[in-house]
Order: sequence, then structure tokens, then C-alpha cells
Amino acid sequence: MALALETDALLADRLAGLEAVAKGATQAARRSAAARVADMGLPTRRDEYWKFTRPDALTVAEPAAAGALNLDESPFDAANPLTLVFRDGMFDAEASDALEGENLTIDLLSAAADIHWAGEIYGTLETAGQTPVARPLAALNTALATEGVLIHAKGKVERPVLIRYIAGEADVILHHVVKVDEGASLTLLETGTPGTRSNTALEVDVAKEGAFDHIRTQGRDHERGLLSHTFARMQDDAEFKSFMLTANGTLTRNECVIEILGDNISAHVGGAAIGDGKDFHHDDTVFITHDAVHCESRQVFKKVLRNGATGVFQGKILVKPDAQKTDGYQISQSLLLDEDSQFYAKPELEIYADDVACSHGSTTGAIDETALFYLRSRGIERREAQELLVLAFLAEALDEIADDDLRAAVQDQLEFWLRNLKG
Amino acid sequence: MLDQVKVKDGVEEETVDAVKSLAGNYKHGWNTEIEMDFAPKGVNPDIVRLISEKNEEPEWMTEWRLAAFERWEKLKEPTWAMVDYPDIDFQDIYYYARPKSMETKPKSLDEVDPKLLETYEKLGIPLAEQALLAGVEVPEEERKVAVDAVFDSVSLGTTFQEDLKKAGVIFCSISEAIREHPELVKKYLGSVVPVSDNFYATLNSAVFSDGSFVYVPPGVRCPMELSTYFRINAENTGQFERTLIIADKGSYVSYLEGCTAPKRDTAQLHAAVVEIIVEEDAEVKYSTVQNWYPGDEEGKGGIYNFVTKRADCRGDRSKVMWTQVETGSAVTWKYPSCILRGAESQGEFYSIAIANNYQQADTGTKMIHLGRDTKSRIVSKGISAGKAQNTYRGQVAMHPKAQNSRNFTQCDSLLIGDKCGAHTVPYIEVKNNSSRVEHEATTSKVDDDQLFYCRQRGIGEEDAVALVVNGFCKDVLQALPMEFAMEAQALVAISLEGSVG
Repeated sequence: MALALETDALLADRLAGLEAVAKGATQAARRSAAARVADMGLPTRRDEYWKFTRPDALTVAEPAAAGALNLDESPFDAANPLTLVFRDGMFDAEASDALEGENLTIDLLSAAADIHWAGEIYGTLETAGQTPVARPLAALNTALATEGVLIHAKGKVERPVLIRYIAGEADVILHHVVKVDEGASLTLLETGTPGTRSNTALEVDVAKEGAFDHIRTQGRDHERGLLSHTFARMQDDAEFKSFMLTANGTLTRNECVIEILGDNISAHVGGAAIGDGKDFHHDDTVFITHDAVHCESRQVFKKVLRNGATGVFQGKILVKPDAQKTDGYQISQSLLLDEDSQFYAKPELEIYADDVACSHGSTTGAIDETALFYLRSRGIERREAQELLVLAFLAEALDEIADDDLRAAVQDQLEFWLRNLKG
Repeated sequence: MLDQVKVKDGVEEETVDAVKSLAGNYKHGWNTEIEMDFAPKGVNPDIVRLISEKNEEPEWMTEWRLAAFERWEKLKEPTWAMVDYPDIDFQDIYYYARPKSMETKPKSLDEVDPKLLETYEKLGIPLAEQALLAGVEVPEEERKVAVDAVFDSVSLGTTFQEDLKKAGVIFCSISEAIREHPELVKKYLGSVVPVSDNFYATLNSAVFSDGSFVYVPPGVRCPMELSTYFRINAENTGQFERTLIIADKGSYVSYLEGCTAPKRDTAQLHAAVVEIIVEEDAEVKYSTVQNWYPGDEEGKGGIYNFVTKRADCRGDRSKVMWTQVETGSAVTWKYPSCILRGAESQGEFYSIAIANNYQQADTGTKMIHLGRDTKSRIVSKGISAGKAQNTYRGQVAMHPKAQNSRNFTQCDSLLIGDKCGAHTVPYIEVKNNSSRVEHEATTSKVDDDQLFYCRQRGIGEEDAVALVVNGFCKDVLQALPMEFAMEAQALVAISLEGSVG
């Protein structure tokens, strides 16, 4: 009880910031989100959905102080993306490209006029994502987000859009909205960590035959915490892909909520994470709802954990009664490199249709000694051999990235992090 | 109901027929007309004392029960399982029902009311010591099974007690054990499933009326299979039985449990607790064919089966194996678990759960690895038909000290018809890196060598997978003791094409 009272007080405190941001096209959505989160309350460690990850660090009033920032170059320079820079949670116009591109409009959330297309999407997908599992921190984000980008893809957008975060000391709440029109396509890249503690939301609405490709690399900053929510809603023949590469961070939780509402849809989410040290805690939580026929979904998540790091995977495939011919696949694997590292998994299936092929797998274990011996016997040093095996293990997750160049960029980033992380 | 269901391609008619034959015509649904003694409805400290008194228990036992009752009053019914049923009015149940003829305890089965014995005869349970199960072919050497027959709240008697005594095995009703072997009961009762474990187990601790007790002394291989047959007969009566099995160092015992109940329109509660203690080098096999009345085709009536079963592998190299065929009950809430405490101890769980009509099953297991080099294996096959919901819920936990441990989990489900549901909720917790945990539910991940063997010989990929998976399912069934062969036979026909994880 004391716990609940404490979070109630925290929540009231945080919701006091609502008036400053509740304006423009998102005003109504923000007010309703504030009411919803007040009703739900903040998550506590007693909630089943937070069984393996303590939400305290995300709910306390102030984030823990973080040390100096390890600023990496963006891995995506070669793709020549349209770059949008966020510094300390604020949009940095000077460092960013102009907000325009072929088949594309980009607006800032803070500047959205009273009438804006995003008004129909902002908070709508997040609200839908609240059942059957409550996600109070996502509602909190909708209510209080200070900034974000609103991207409307009206046709095939060839040049990827990159959101680059340069973190400072701030407690950052960002909310992006993407709308992909019928037959349109967009690649969205994200890199960096928005703040000392970040709560980010991304709502993606993909119309018929639309395609959305999303890659995010985040981390390396050991003391920073991050909660991200990705909400996607898709119509007939749409394609959705999302991949996240994470390294370190005190607490990272990536939630991905996908609603498959049209026929012949394909939705892929994947991730690779490397974690060092006792205070590393990485959580991938995925919820995919199939509500149409002939759709396919994939979840591929791999983690390498060392020096007492903790990894969590909670994945769910919900197949509604008429979602026949569903092909759902889910795999979570982790490699524990030492005795103190831990892995928790809850791979769930809830199926109400009979003509489906759904499967899941989960494995946990140490590095394969036989493989290690094979490499050692060929003159490769132990550390190098281990790195090779780790890379090979994570590479399977990276295969989820369709574009060769982008995959190579992520692979380079991964190798760099793997060799330069300090526990 | 199945008649109207359109079955998807790839599911054999045979499978559908087999499931159909299990539904609708519950063959143990008759009831025995007999005069009963009931304790007043409801539960309170007086009822707890009354049950204790009826069983002629010593004071410590009464106190134990009362403490449990006090705890229970503070507990809330769990709601996390994927089952949905109307609220149970715990004060509208008879907690104690005894056939009038059992008022003075019969000295042997010969003195038991013939009507009661007939009940068991009709169920195919041999209470006469020379008898064998009807329909089972007699092997060259006569197979003996000792039976403890529990009718509503009391044990009618236990067969082959003399033979067992010669081997040093104690097999009797738990009420008798409390009177005759208090030192053993005191030492072990509640040591695996603590009084405060969960809502139903705590209720059971307060009001359990009877059940079975087994003690196998060190180094003894129990000369015959032991069996308890539970029958709920009286209306509006809850059955709360308690089973305690102790396998001392280096011993072995195989234990079978069967259950049935008459067809009634109102749901009835069954909340049992089974505790198994396995000492060093000992082995226990526990097999269940749970065939409680599942309710009618409209979902009316049936048994609510809320059972806590747990084995504690305390000694090094100890081993326990749970095998269950779950076909009955309106609602099942059951997770036979293994605590693998001893080094190199092993736990196995084989389950086939079939839910039809409006049945709901939420069942699975827990494998808690505490000791080094421990091994566990989980094989679960769930089949849903009609409007049933079938959930596998399991936990595998590797603790930091459980070095070099192994777990393999496979759970497959099959849906017949588009109105039912199949769900999988596994929890995997790994806290050391020398252990390996594998959880899989894809038919494509059957043993590659076996697949390759079949493929090499010209069998198509799908057929090969079906062959391997079916072969595996049959292996599970064959692991069941002879005595369950007949009931299990009906299930053998069920193949697992079109499995989903």
C-alpha cells in the first residue's frame, strides 16, 4: 500500500507539468492520457508486467546522475540520411537538416498547429496498446512529451530520416508520430540516447501497401536509463520492420506493441543487446496482436551478457479468433559469458484460431566450449575466439535488417561497442 | 458439438474421433445411492475441529489445521490463471461427507458395505486382493496393485497391506498414518507444500479429510505399484485429500492416482495437496489419469480441480517423474512441480491435457533447480476442442548454485475447431551460465538426426516431422504404468499434426 501511495504522489507531481504542453492538435489526447495514467497509477514491481524489471528507476522523481557521455559518431553517415538532431531533449535546428524532403513532410510536435494530421494519431495507437496490458508510462509520455517529430510519408521516400540524440543531463520525454500513406515507404533511423533518463514513444500508422523500416542503435552510456515504446498499426499488405541494437545503460526497456489489422501483413521486430556489469539491465517486451488473415510476424531477440548483467525478454503473440493462416515466430536467445549474468524470459502464446503455425523458442547458456576449442586449436587467442563466437551469435539477429548497407553499419557499430565496452 | 466443427486440413479424422469419444459420453457419471453423514455446510474452526475429531487425530494435528485455517481466512483466491468461473461460495460446500456405514471403522475390506465396493467394481478398480484390472491381459507373473480407495471424505480401505508390511512399506490412509505413525507425519507433512503455500493448499491443510500415505524404507524397491482411487459421490461436497509420499534413501515406488465423479448440474470443488519427499538415490514415479466429471456440453456442472502437487528431491541423485493425462474437470488449475535440491537430482514432467466443450485447463509444471548437475525435462501436449481453453503455464528456474544443470522443455498444442484456444505461458529464469535451458515448441525443431534419417529414406519433410512427433507422443503414453493403459489407449490415437507452440 505504501508503495502505491508513494507512486500516487510522484504521479501528481509529474502531471503538474501538463498545462505547459497541452496545446495545439494534441491537447485533447494529452488530457485524456493524463486522466488515464492517473487512473492506472505508475507501475510497481508487484505488477506482473514488471515481474523481471523493477520500474523504480523510471518512476522516481529525479533520474540518477550520469557521468560523462561516451559520444560515438553516427553509424549511419554513409546512408546520407536527412538528419534531425536532438540535444538534451530539445530540437537543434542548426545542427539539423532542413525539415523537408521528397514525398515527405516533417513538423515538430511543439509547433503542431491546432489542425494537424498528427492529431488523429497522437495518443490513439498508444491508447489502443493499453489493452489487455496497461502501460502507464506510455500514457505518461503521451500526456507530457515536450518534443518529437511528426513525419508524413506521402510516397516512396528514398532518403532515410535519421533522428540523432545527443544526450545531456536532462530527464527527456519525446513522442514521435509517423504516418505512411497507401503505397508509401519510409526508413527511419535513430541513434544515441536522448537524456540521462529517457521516455520515448513512437507511433507508426501504416496504410495499405505501405512499408516502414526502422533501425535504432542506442547506448554505450553506462549510467543512462531508457524506456521506449513503439506502437504500430497496420492495414492490408503493409510491411513493418523494427530493429534495435542496445549496448549498456543502467536500465533499458524497449516495448513494442503491434496491431495487425489488415490481411497479408508482415511485421518483424528484432534486437541485439550487449551488456556489461552488474547494473546493466536490458528488457525487450513485445506484444503482437494478429487480427486478420494471412499475416506473418517475427520476433528475433539476442543478448550477450557479461560481468553480472541481466537480460529480460517478454514476448507475446496473440492470435484472435478469426486470424486464420497466421504465421507467428518468436525466438529469444542469450549467451551468458560469466557466472553472475542472468536471463529471464517469458515467451507467451495466446491463440484462438485453429489454422495457424505459431512457434517460439528460447535458449540460454554459456559459450559453446567445443566451438571455442576449435578456434583455439587453430591458433586464435581465447579473447579473440570468444569475440568471434559472440559476433556470430548476434549476427543471426542482425540478419533481420534487410538493407545490406544499413546492416553493415549496424554490424560495425556492434563490433566497435563489443570491443570498447567497459563493465 | 464437434460435429459442426470444420476441421482444418492435416488433422486426421482419427484424432477428431478420439477427442469426440472422450467428450459427451462421460462413462463414470453415475452415482451411488447411499446414506451419507454430512458435517454442516461451510467452513469455520468448529468444522475444522470436527474433521479432526472424526479422524481421531491427536491434538498437534488439530492445532496444525486450525493454524492453517487462520491463515486461509487472510488469503485471497488467486486470479492469475487463464480460467474463468463463477465465484465459489466456500460456505455453501460440505467439507465432510462419510457413508453412514463407515461410522464404525471396518477392520478390513470384507466388512465394508458391499454397495461401496460395487462402486469401485463398476469403475474397474479391483479391491479384492487377487484381482487384476478388468481388460488388462494377465502377464505371466501376476501383477499386483495395492489400492487405497477414497470415497468422498473417507478412505474405505487399503489392499495388500500385509504384503507391503513384509517389505517394510507403509501404505495406508493419511488419517491412519496420523494415528499410527505420528513421527513420520510430523516430520514430513507440510514440509514440501507449506501450510501458507497458496489459497487452495492452505484450505486443504485446514480441512483435508483423508488421502494416502506412503513410506518406503531405505533400500526397498516397493514390490508392487501403489494406487489411490478418488471418487466424489455426494452432491455439493468438496473433496480435500492429502497425499504424502516419502521415498527414503535408495528406495523406489511407482504411484498411480485415478479420479472420477458423478454427473451433476452444480460444480463441485476438489482441492488436493500431494507432497513427495525423495531422499538420496530414491526414485518416485507419480502417474495420474484425471478424469473428473468435466461438465456437460453446455458447460454446466463439473469439478473444479485446484490441486497443488510438489516433489522435493532432497537427496543427491534422487529422481521424480510426473506423468499426467488430464481429460476431466470443468476447470483445472494444477502444476505438479519438482524442487531439485540434491546434487544430480532429476525431475521429469510428461503431460497430455485434453480440454473439450467448455472445459478450461491451466496446467503445467515448475522445475526449480537448486542443486548442481540437476536435470529436468518437460514434455507437454495440449489439445483443445469445442469451446475449451487450454493453457500450459510453466516455470524453469536455475539458481546460482545449480551449476551445470540442464532443462529441456517442449510444449505443443493442437486446436480442433475455431472456437477454442491454446495458450503457452512459460517463465524462464537463469541465474548462472554453466546451465543450459532450452524451450521449444516448433515442430520443425524435432531432433535433426531423426529427421535426417527419415528424409534420407525418402519420407517427405512433413511426414517425417509427423512421424517423429507422433512417435514421441506414444513414448510418453507408453511411459504410463500398465494400469492406466486402458484409459490412455483412447488417447494414443491422437496425433499432433498442425501443432502450434
